Amino acid sequence: MSGRQKQFVGFSVLRLSALVVLLILVVILGDIVVKGAGVISWDFLTQAPTNGMTEGGIFPAVVGTFLVTLITAVIAVPLGIFAAIYLNEYAPKTKVTRLIRLSIRNLAGVPSVVFGLFGVALFVRLFGFGTSLIAAGATLGLLTLPVIITASEEALKTVPNSYREGALALGATKWQAIRTNVLPSALPGILTGVILGLARAAGETAPILFTGVAFYLPFLPDSIFSQFMALPYHLYILATQHHAIEQVRPLAYGTALVLITLVFSMNLFAIILRSYFRRKAVNSR
Amino acid sequence: MTQMAKIVTRNLNMYYSDFQALKNINLTIGEKEVTALIGPSGCGKSTFLRVLNRMNELIGDTRVEGKVYIDNQDIYGPKVDVVELRKRVGMVFQKPNPFPKSIYDNVAYGPRIHGLKDKQKLDELVEKSLKQAALWDEVKDRLNAPALGLSGGQQQRLCIARLLAVEPEVLLMDEPTSALDPISTMKIEELVKSLKERYTIVIVTHNMQQAARISDKTAFFLNGEVVEFNETEKMFTNPADQRTEDYITGRFG
Ligand SMILES: Nc1ncnc2c1ncn2[C@@H]1O[C@H](COP(=O)(O)OP(=O)(O)OP(=O)(O)O)[C@@H](O)[C@H]1O
Ligand SMILES: [Mg+2]
Repeated sequence: MSGRQKQFVGFSVLRLSALVVLLILVVILGDIVVKGAGVISWDFLTQAPTNGMTEGGIFPAVVGTFLVTLITAVIAVPLGIFAAIYLNEYAPKTKVTRLIRLSIRNLAGVPSVVFGLFGVALFVRLFGFGTSLIAAGATLGLLTLPVIITASEEALKTVPNSYREGALALGATKWQAIRTNVLPSALPGILTGVILGLARAAGETAPILFTGVAFYLPFLPDSIFSQFMALPYHLYILATQHHAIEQVRPLAYGTALVLITLVFSMNLFAIILRSYFRRKAVNSR
Repeated sequence: MTQMAKIVTRNLNMYYSDFQALKNINLTIGEKEVTALIGPSGCGKSTFLRVLNRMNELIGDTRVEGKVYIDNQDIYGPKVDVVELRKRVGMVFQKPNPFPKSIYDNVAYGPRIHGLKDKQKLDELVEKSLKQAALWDEVKDRLNAPALGLSGGQQQRLCIARLLAVEPEVLLMDEPTSALDPISTMKIEELVKSLKERYTIVIVTHNMQQAARISDKTAFFLNGEVVEFNETEKMFTNPADQRTEDYITGRFG
């Protein structure tokens, strides 16, 4: 084969791979949208499930997912960002630091069910939170931490050293330099990482399964120590555990569509945010 | 010219890990003098500057031996507040490094972190500093424009204004004109000459004419040592050391 032919074959293989992936995505999304769209209505979003979850809406699950993600954010965002600042700005560049960093990266690859079991042992049992919003949120927080720390550290790394030195040479303290000069530049990257991490947390089932999510609750949680319903788990129930699976299938599709839309719009928001900041950075150059 | 000594180094050695970058430096830099540091690339000029405001400490694994006195205070002594020291001994970097903020916020940066909040005082200080740095006329109508939109020469003058706003006593300038066109260079040279009435200035330069034009004294560095330190006049007309003569006349380096 000539060089040109090889190149053609190479390109075709790559293009085909991309197409296959795209096709799979389109089929899955298309299936969910087509079968789920019919179910979506104002009532579906604002009513509780009724009649043994064969009718009604998903309101408690929407609220539950929102609340548990909020708790996740409250726990994981400050902790993650501060940890990243410490690792990138303060920690001595030693073997121990490198080991810690490596461990955090590895933590990001631990299966979520392991986090779930860890959450049971730590938050539900040891801390005595019981199965609750706070236990589930904290567990999701642990799951999200490595993502936030890694993304934040990457964002901090892209801030030129001259911003730090310039501030220090004017008599700024280290923390002043970080707060006023480093963090603002790193913020877009940090926010993007935070949102992507939270979007992932919002869609997880395994970590909340043993730590707080309920099969069915006729009322909304009234404190952080209450159990709650959540979209991913509700979907799992409707799709595989319900006594009348065929009957509730449309509801399952509707739930899937809402969940996907939620995660998708969070990701979209992250992308928009990133490109907005990138354009702003280019314009100010 | 008999002036008060502002900066004194005694048997100063400086190491990056086990590489010795400065060897037994003994310099006395007078108050309100301009001292030029010249010498071939890698001879330790920037290192010396960074030792004077302890910026070298930001790089891990460095070590300083000997003494550095500023106003008779040993700046490596145990009770020295580094932040306070850097407020007094400010630095302009070789590469202009404006912050990604507006022109105004760049100049106001130092005063703000040092606690000045009064808007009117800030305005006055920003204007004064920009005027001192000979940049005011060019930017007075766009103080809120991003500093990164300025030309290289304007950026460097902005960095000087930013430093002046902190009102330090010593200005350390590391090749402030190396990336600039002749006109910007001339402006900065004028600036240095006018600033020396109020500041002690140590300036690194690769440009012999520049050193001759603006400095009172010149130190010639070679491989981490000071070969010769003298009145600039004398250094450029009648150097004491053969190596200085070779360097100044361009026979090596
Ligand atoms: N961070 C560092 N780690 C190790 N060695 C360094 C470091 N910075 C500088 N050096 C070494 O110290 C010596 C002096 O460097 P320095 O930057 O002070 O030179 P310079 O005279 O400013 O050169 P130039 O004119 O090119 O700016 C060089 O040999 C350089 O390689
Ligand atoms: Mg240098």
